[in-house]
Amino acid sequence: MSDVKIMVCHGTSGLSAGASEVYKKFEEELDRQGLLDSCELIKTGDRGYFRDVLVDIIHPDTGRVTYQNIKPKIVPELVERHVKNGEIVKKYSAKKAYQDFFAGQKRIVLRRCGEIDPENIEFYLKDGGYKALERVLTQMRPEEVIEEIKKSGLRGRGGAGFPTGIKWELCRAQKAQPKYVICNADEGDPGAFMDRSVLEGDPHAVLEGMAIAGYAIGSNEGYIYCRAEYPLAIKRLKIAISQAKERGFIGEDILGTDFSFDIKLTEGAGAFVCGEETALIASIEGKRGMPRPRPPYPAQKGLWGKPTIINNVETLANVPTIILKGGEWYASIGTEKSKGTKVFALAGKVRNTGLVEVPLGTTIRELLYGPGGGPAKKMRKIKAIQIGGPSGGCIPENLFDTPIDFDSLVGAGAIMGSGGLIVLDDSTCMVDLARFFLSFTSDESCGKCFPCRLGLKKMLEILNKIVSGNGELKDVEYLENLAKSVMDTALCGLGKTAPNPVLTTLKYFRDEYEAHILEKRCPANQCVALLKFEIDEEKCTKCGSCFKACPENAIIWEKGEYAKIIKEKCIKCKACIEACDFMAIE
Amino acid sequence: MIEVVSEILENYKDSGSLIKILQEIQNNLGYVPKEAVDEVSMKTGISPSQIYGILTFYSQFRLTPPGKYTLKVCLGTACHIMGGHEIFEHLKRKFGIMDNETTEDGLFTLTKVRCLGCCGMAPVIMVDDKIYGRIDISKTERLIDDFK
Ligand SMILES: Cc1cc2nc3c(=O)[nH]c(=O)nc-3n(C[C@H](O)[C@H](O)[C@H](O)COP(=O)(O)O)c2cc1C
Ligand code: SF4
Ligand code: SF4
Ligand code: SF4
Ligand code: FES
Ligand code: FES
Repeated sequence: MSDVKIMVCHGTSGLSAGASEVYKKFEEELDRQGLLDSCELIKTGDRGYFRDVLVDIIHPDTGRVTYQNIKPKIVPELVERHVKNGEIVKKYSAKKAYQDFFAGQKRIVLRRCGEIDPENIEFYLKDGGYKALERVLTQMRPEEVIEEIKKSGLRGRGGAGFPTGIKWELCRAQKAQPKYVICNADEGDPGAFMDRSVLEGDPHAVLEGMAIAGYAIGSNEGYIYCRAEYPLAIKRLKIAISQAKERGFIGEDILGTDFSFDIKLTEGAGAFVCGEETALIASIEGKRGMPRPRPPYPAQKGLWGKPTIINNVETLANVPTIILKGGEWYASIGTEKSKGTKVFALAGKVRNTGLVEVPLGTTIRELLYGPGGGPAKKMRKIKAIQIGGPSGGCIPENLFDTPIDFDSLVGAGAIMGSGGLIVLDDSTCMVDLARFFLSFTSDESCGKCFPCRLGLKKMLEILNKIVSGNGELKDVEYLENLAKSVMDTALCGLGKTAPNPVLTTLKYFRDEYEAHILEKRCPANQCVALLKFEIDEEKCTKCGSCFKACPENAIIWEKGEYAKIIKEKCIKCKACIEACDFMAIE
Repeated sequence: MIEVVSEILENYKDSGSLIKILQEIQNNLGYVPKEAVDEVSMKTGISPSQIYGILTFYSQFRLTPPGKYTLKVCLGTACHIMGGHEIFEHLKRKFGIMDNETTEDGLFTLTKVRCLGCCGMAPVIMVDDKIYGRIDISKTERLIDDFK
């Protein structure tokens, strides 16, 4: 036996499930058996499957086998049977859910995530890394680079979907110098983690994309603005930048040409509005991150008043592949107006959560029941998705055949957004969800303009009133009017889009609002003020889950008996409601 | 403490680095004390009110010292619908403190965050730099006992 490769995934979820301990155990065990020299043991980044520790063993006799839920104590058996004897240990191999999750995907941006060691540039280079930069610098004029990107049809992945090639062209046409390239890694949508995984799993792709962008527009300086909440991404970016500098892919006279490009890293400081491009620029300049009116666009007057392009992480990570494989190839994927693939962060009440990359034009249903694997719990029904975060909206089940692309989603009242996709089932209260987003956006409003600062607060007050059981019918109409006026008059995208979650839930789930107002009832059993904390014996299956979940011992239950809540002891924490699979607690 | 601040100021002399200076101070001291603000103001010529403007605008900054452990409860979208809010409320009640406050024994500082980027494991809490996913109220209780 020789040349066995062992990959232990070290993404955030893998690490929290004990990936480092598993890795260490492999090291020990291989050493003990004298196998260290004939095996390659690799720490990979996140593959985007949020479960447990994944280990892949690639053996000449078996090919590649993925193992799931690996604990240190299983390691000796894997080493003995698979690494040494080339035998697949079936009982630990990845389950069908894992296969389904990846089968429905087309990974372009994510293709290296989980496959390479992101802290070692050799892996990136072995996989064609920095070849696109080399081609651009030695064989293409900047105009040709822009032409190729335009041909690909790539549109910005940060939310607005602006054609990337056109943005670059506008900036190239500006005479002022110097120019800047900014990578927007603020990932503010509170339910999204696409960019984090790309930065953690394949940081060089982003750096290479930035350098190519710099060459195309005529800039020698780039900034990455990264959320401070992503310490691992920041660490890996730092490593990647220094390794790329050492190898001469970033810095002076790159690859012996006269093109120089430097990249600096700036950490955000926890303000959602700083994801907006003009606010982000103010923040890099060291000011309070407040948006300013556009035009002038950053492409004309951006960082320090100079022409600047701002692109999202995923947008930039697509660039090297487009250069290598050609704009036409990229444009052959996707739909008429939405080309290529998009990464979604699938979360919420769905069986498989994680990162899913699919061609644009895939329907919501295909995504949820393919990679997503359907509802999280058998007893529950998926009733809607929320897409596009606080700027987006919900789409109900009867519209799940809508293709996911920039235009179709707008038609349904939502937006594609940056890729947050949260699945909601019958135990999610849509009024509460709208209230959640409003509390987020009103918290994060920078306060510069009056409709957003006061309008959102007022809308939140009304929603609070409804979920606490004090709503009146006229509130709904008031809410709609307020929403429209905030949208029309707010200065930046935060305020302009913040009413979307309210408007779409009102459009598709007005009955839930009415149940709260007219019947003082929360159909999803979520709004505390409207709950009785009683067990409906018609629904109770006597399973005892609630009894085990209650932190206050406020539930009486014995095998074969209905559960019962002692009201005097109950602190209304809702742990039992979360635990009950049968929605038996009202 | 003033030495630490002076040293940081030495390292960040170029314009536009006020946020970085304040981040460095917080990294070193765990918060940004009033004395540090005065020192930064004196050395850079930026008025204290401008500095406080920055400190209060960005939610990352703390003006009071943190406890021994910082407990961050995620209240992003996924965590919200998977029950994160209930965990946060429970901890507030249990500790008898509000968001961004520290327990009387100085052990825990409780804060909420908007998405830790592991929504697939919702609900999620973070103790210092370690992430715990798919938790519920009783698991949280056990976790806290381990830190005591
Ligand atoms: C309130 C607000 C928050 C935003 N947050 C982000 C973000 O976190 N990441 C991002 O890439 N774009 C964000 N954007 C969009 C940016 O302003 C900008 O359009 C984008 O970075 C451009 O890159 P792209 O063309 O590659 O998509 C946000 C916009 C608004 C209005
Ligand atoms: S819309 Fe809101 S976030 Fe945007 S500038 Fe106005 S107040 Fe600030
Ligand atoms: S709400 Fe909380 S305290 Fe009350 S019965 Fe349920 S789990 Fe127990
Ligand atoms: S968890 Fe639900 S079904 Fe099970 S005993 Fe409790 S109330 Fe009944
Ligand atoms: S950490 Fe292993 S797939 Fe995410
Ligand atoms: S919503 Fe909690 S980790 Fe993303």
